[in-house]
Amino acid sequence: MSKKYDAGVKEYRDTYWTPDYVPLDTDLLACFKCTGQEGVPKEEVAAAVAAESSTGTWSTVWSELLTDLDFYKGRCYRIEDVPGDKESFYAFIAYPLDLFEEGSITNVLTSLVGNVFGFKALRHLRLEDIRFPMAFIKSCYGPPNGIQVERDRMNKYGRPLLGCTIKPKLGLSGKNYGRVVYECLRGGLDFTKDDENINSQPFQRWQNRFEFVAEAIKLSEQETGERKGHYLNVTANTPEEMYERAEFAKELGMPIVMHDFITGGFTANTGLSKWCRKNGMLLHIHRAMHAVIDRHPKHGIHFRVLAKCLRLSGGDQLHTGTVVGKLEGDRQTTLGYIDQLRESFVPEDRSRGNFFDQDWGSMPGVFAVASGGIHVWHMPALVAIFGDDSVLQFGGGTHGHPWGSAAGAAANRVALEACVKARNAGREIEKESRDILMEAAKHSPELAIALETWKEIKFEFDTVDKLDVQN
Amino acid sequence: MPFQSTVGDYQTVATLETFGFLPPMTQDEIYDQIAYIIAQGWSPLVEHVHPSNSMAIYWSYWKLPFFGEKDLNVVVSELEACHRAYPDHHVRIVGYDAYTQSQGSCFVVFEGR
Repeated sequence: MSKKYDAGVKEYRDTYWTPDYVPLDTDLLACFKCTGQEGVPKEEVAAAVAAESSTGTWSTVWSELLTDLDFYKGRCYRIEDVPGDKESFYAFIAYPLDLFEEGSITNVLTSLVGNVFGFKALRHLRLEDIRFPMAFIKSCYGPPNGIQVERDRMNKYGRPLLGCTIKPKLGLSGKNYGRVVYECLRGGLDFTKDDENINSQPFQRWQNRFEFVAEAIKLSEQETGERKGHYLNVTANTPEEMYERAEFAKELGMPIVMHDFITGGFTANTGLSKWCRKNGMLLHIHRAMHAVIDRHPKHGIHFRVLAKCLRLSGGDQLHTGTVVGKLEGDRQTTLGYIDQLRESFVPEDRSRGNFFDQDWGSMPGVFAVASGGIHVWHMPALVAIFGDDSVLQFGGGTHGHPWGSAAGAAANRVALEACVKARNAGREIEKESRDILMEAAKHSPELAIALETWKEIKFEFDTVDKLDVQN
Repeated sequence: MPFQSTVGDYQTVATLETFGFLPPMTQDEIYDQIAYIIAQGWSPLVEHVHPSNSMAIYWSYWKLPFFGEKDLNVVVSELEACHRAYPDHHVRIVGYDAYTQSQGSCFVVFEGR
């Protein structure tokens, strides 16, 4: 039925607040935590968010009558209180599938977290979760390889993988850098990693780094009889430059490259991920800049959304925080989003911060990477929290060993294997952590010294961003 | 006073992936690991290879994977039979997970010389 054009400004809620609406399986659903300006009713704020992130603008316009806007508009279909918080509320919004280009995470985010975040009627806005419909998921490439393929390529089974970032992160020449890689790998690590800010600086151009790292990998594989890799950071100033670096890594026979998905951007990430699938290369994903976006409890985007977006855009490993190390991260929340990376179905569970059932269909899983301020004493907790499909990365906890990086690597490997063995034998590894590590140290002077070196180091600060629960 | 360095020398060791950094397991410890494989619902599988070829992707199957085998003793006797038949080979036990098409567990039980 046709409508009449009525110029002027309507209240958003007349059009975009539809509490009777039952979301479709094909709808993209979003949960926002909204904090409105004083005096603005919740329904109006929620409807404004739905409008500004979909079809709406502040004024009625004649040209909207040229289409069936009811078919395209986002709708707020539910409002909920935030437990323990009087000023904020959750708004649940359903977006029709046709609002988004197939396979484009960039497009989804441009809509959902675009202009609306600067909207004046809002004091704060946070995107807490997105339920991606299966129809959209099937249009995305996802991880270039996934957990199972990565295990088969690297020949690592029945335990978490072990990695380490090369330090100092800036200032080493290519040859010195390769030396540190070699020391770590010969000591028993599976992977080493370029620090995120290593790209191609004057002290160490990328080509030079790649060549020496390749040398270190080949030598350590020969000497240890195990497969090794190093995340060669190909993040660069242009996509063309990234592909050139990735091609060279492939030419050298390297198994894995690395990208920073937020600073590099989703379009660059999706492109590189497709390249990796086509060229049989694993893809490690760093998350620099995430805390700018996800740390404030009332504003920005929750990391679970960024993690979901990365799984769709593509990556075989993603940093998730450690829970126990130097960087922010609450245990239940972390468990909630590592499920989103690895499982094929994740049920709604508010105690883990998951607001929707999320079916991932046939999308491969992504390894969770725990990195930042962790050392051997954390190993039992890390194995318990992250399980086998993870990469545990000890930077200072490897290079800081009094005998050097190789001994530090060996200490970590012994501790890891002792924890896995104890877990499989039915022991409670978090409760018995001390006994398990001390027993293992009897056979490993490297571990004994590591345990002595880091015995007092803890990072016990309160989490800034906690799950919303009634206190 | 003679010079005494507190820094030790770390010697590279050739290892065979998971559990390669632990001392050889006792019989009971090996049984615990096999019991874990069975309890997870994985199929036990015995593989072997000559040490000169230990980095190969494919090791030879001993017979076939023991699909659905729940008896620890059967698995242990197959491991031993494989070791007797190929005394100079590495022999490993795998917990094969058909759902993920991956190996939930995998470690060398007998090292060949």
